[in-house]
Amino acid sequence: MAGIPHDHYEPGTRGEKWLHSRLPVVGLLYDTLMLPTPRNLNWMWIWGIVLTFCLALQIITGIVLAMHYTPHIDFAFASVEHIMRNVRGGHFIRYLHMNGASLFFVAVYLHIFRGLYYGSYKAPREVTWIIGMLIYLAMMATAFMGYVLPWGQMSFWGATVITGLFGAIPFIGEPIQTWLLGGPAVDNATLNRFFSLHYLLPFVIAALVAVHIWAFHTTGNNNPTGVEVRRTSKAEAEKDTVPFWPYFVMKDLFALAVILVVFFAIVGFMPNYLGHPDNYIEANSLVTPAHIVPEWYFLPFYAILRAFTGDVWVVIAASWITGGIIDAKFFGVLAMFGAIAVMALAPWLDTSSVRSGRYRPMFKWWFGLLCLDFMVLMWAGAMPAEGIYSVISLIASAYWFAYFLVILPLLGVIEKPLPQPATIEDDFNAHYDAQTGGTHTIVKPAE
Amino acid sequence: MFSKIGAPLAVAATLSLAAFSGGMANAAGAAAHMEDVDFSFEGPFGKFDTLQLQRGLKVYTEVCAACHGLQYVPIRTLHDDGGPQLPEDQVRAYASQFEIFDAELDDYREAKPSDHFPMSGLDTAPDLSLMAKKRAAFHGPYGTGINQLVKGIGGPEYIYNLLTSYEDPPECAPEDFEGSYNAAFSVGGYPDECKDENGNHTTPGSWSSMGQPLWGDDVEFDDGHEATIESQSKDVAAFLMWTAEPKLMARKNAGLTGVLFLTILSVLLYLTNKRLWAPIKGKKRKH
Repeated sequence: MAGIPHDHYEPGTRGEKWLHSRLPVVGLLYDTLMLPTPRNLNWMWIWGIVLTFCLALQIITGIVLAMHYTPHIDFAFASVEHIMRNVRGGHFIRYLHMNGASLFFVAVYLHIFRGLYYGSYKAPREVTWIIGMLIYLAMMATAFMGYVLPWGQMSFWGATVITGLFGAIPFIGEPIQTWLLGGPAVDNATLNRFFSLHYLLPFVIAALVAVHIWAFHTTGNNNPTGVEVRRTSKAEAEKDTVPFWPYFVMKDLFALAVILVVFFAIVGFMPNYLGHPDNYIEANSLVTPAHIVPEWYFLPFYAILRAFTGDVWVVIAASWITGGIIDAKFFGVLAMFGAIAVMALAPWLDTSSVRSGRYRPMFKWWFGLLCLDFMVLMWAGAMPAEGIYSVISLIASAYWFAYFLVILPLLGVIEKPLPQPATIEDDFNAHYDAQTGGTHTIVKPAE
Repeated sequence: MFSKIGAPLAVAATLSLAAFSGGMANAAGAAAHMEDVDFSFEGPFGKFDTLQLQRGLKVYTEVCAACHGLQYVPIRTLHDDGGPQLPEDQVRAYASQFEIFDAELDDYREAKPSDHFPMSGLDTAPDLSLMAKKRAAFHGPYGTGINQLVKGIGGPEYIYNLLTSYEDPPECAPEDFEGSYNAAFSVGGYPDECKDENGNHTTPGSWSSMGQPLWGDDVEFDDGHEATIESQSKDVAAFLMWTAEPKLMARKNAGLTGVLFLTILSVLLYLTNKRLWAPIKGKKRKH
């Protein structure tokens, strides 16, 4: 493998040699843990560990919950109450699982935006990025189906609205929706298959995570400068890197512990803060809640879904061109999935030769605006789809697409980047010299 | 310690969580004034007041239970720590007042502590087990909901306000309009006569199908506590918070243990990490 040059595992004892010649598993673990990691990684590089922890937390708490949960429309709601009341520690496990989903998404959004700022998606890390996007999609599917399982009012109506999106696809939409639901409407068949898939998908995610890690262990980590680790010799590589163990393991564990302080405070003191009170009402197909809102982590894309109403000119144009096949509802669905698709295509849309946003003076502003845009979309997604909120959603959705489809391609052409450090070592030294005054950064204008 | 971009990102994420969870929880309906009550079980160190839960149980049993049920609550949990903590013989005696249907006997029999409370006797009366969690009187300043940490989830306040807000109907309403006017109840019937030209309600609240249940001195408390409408409402609201979240105290304890343990762990990991990196960073400083 064309990785960064570093020491490899050498079996010492006879037993180690015996195992190594049959299954080099210790060597694999050694290479994984001793991976040379850029020494200048900042605190935005901790989210990977947090995400790994979240996956483990959700799988472990989820397995325990599944032991006591009943996936049947007549018993699901009561079985969750059984967990909350009669299962030893069940209330805490359930709240950990419920809020664990939120921590998972906080971390994944920060992880994604980290990648967007430091250009982690750029060559040669496109495959890592694409797999990451697949993980994100699988996470959304898992979280959505998990939210249906308690069989509260929001579970039921959320499932009805979201599966209805598939019904918007022309010609084949309705058969697909029926196939997904296992019937004409959300019912016992739906609950059963969602439970089955909610149990299955985390293991698919775990497999994708392994591939994600494999991919970036091949290319090496990106870092805040975007400058690659020198690979000409082991000695040079060592100037730019330190082994993952123990340096980054300790750093990441410290960050994880701090984040878990906040997490445990939320689970212990306000576990229903991010939930919706309506989900403590058992599902009732005859009573529609006044307001159907998804969980907070879906809100930005929910806002995009609702932004493109029938009176928006692009929707009218699309409808006219396709002879009415693309109506407002289907356009909204396309926009929602498109919003994730354009993000996945970032490696090919970004034309700049400079990887890190740190050395891109114009990019910084547009990226800052994208972060703000994401927040505005999240807020707009929680508001009723009417009046000023529709206008704001539409503008914010337009910016989301403009950022990826127009701004990223153009910036690479018109922007004049700042000088980048020649090596990671220079960046690291400059940072720690800065405290004593002098800076030794060797500046080399990019291109 | 965060990088330049990291800090705003992290702050923004936190703020967004705060801003949006509350906003989405806010349901429609005419905004009624909701009075906040300082319950003993609010805040990270909050605890249920055992005597208050016992008083609330009495109000529930003698007033609410006529129509409502608590189908998710096992009667035996009245004995549990962090609950009303009735002695076991009292729990048995309490259970025996209910008749429940036993599917194995195919007949009615006296309830045992292992049975649940009966379901609602009246079709239109909702089950009260989770009432304190499925309604919320407030969503925090500007819809942030952040005050859940100190003020609780607002469900008991909703119950308290509902029980204390039965008033004479506004003059615009026809005499025979069905239901009882309640200034804190926003999802009931509302006469057209009281709507303005845009169809908006001109008074807070609406007409509830539940008549005023508490009038003062509805029950006599064994601990000699006063039995005004307000105090009975508070007591039964606290009791219904317990039925909705019986493990509240255990949860807060576990949360506190977790926070303390992880804080110590964070400090130790910080020191370990600092020491670990010192040679890497320090060596470079001489440079």
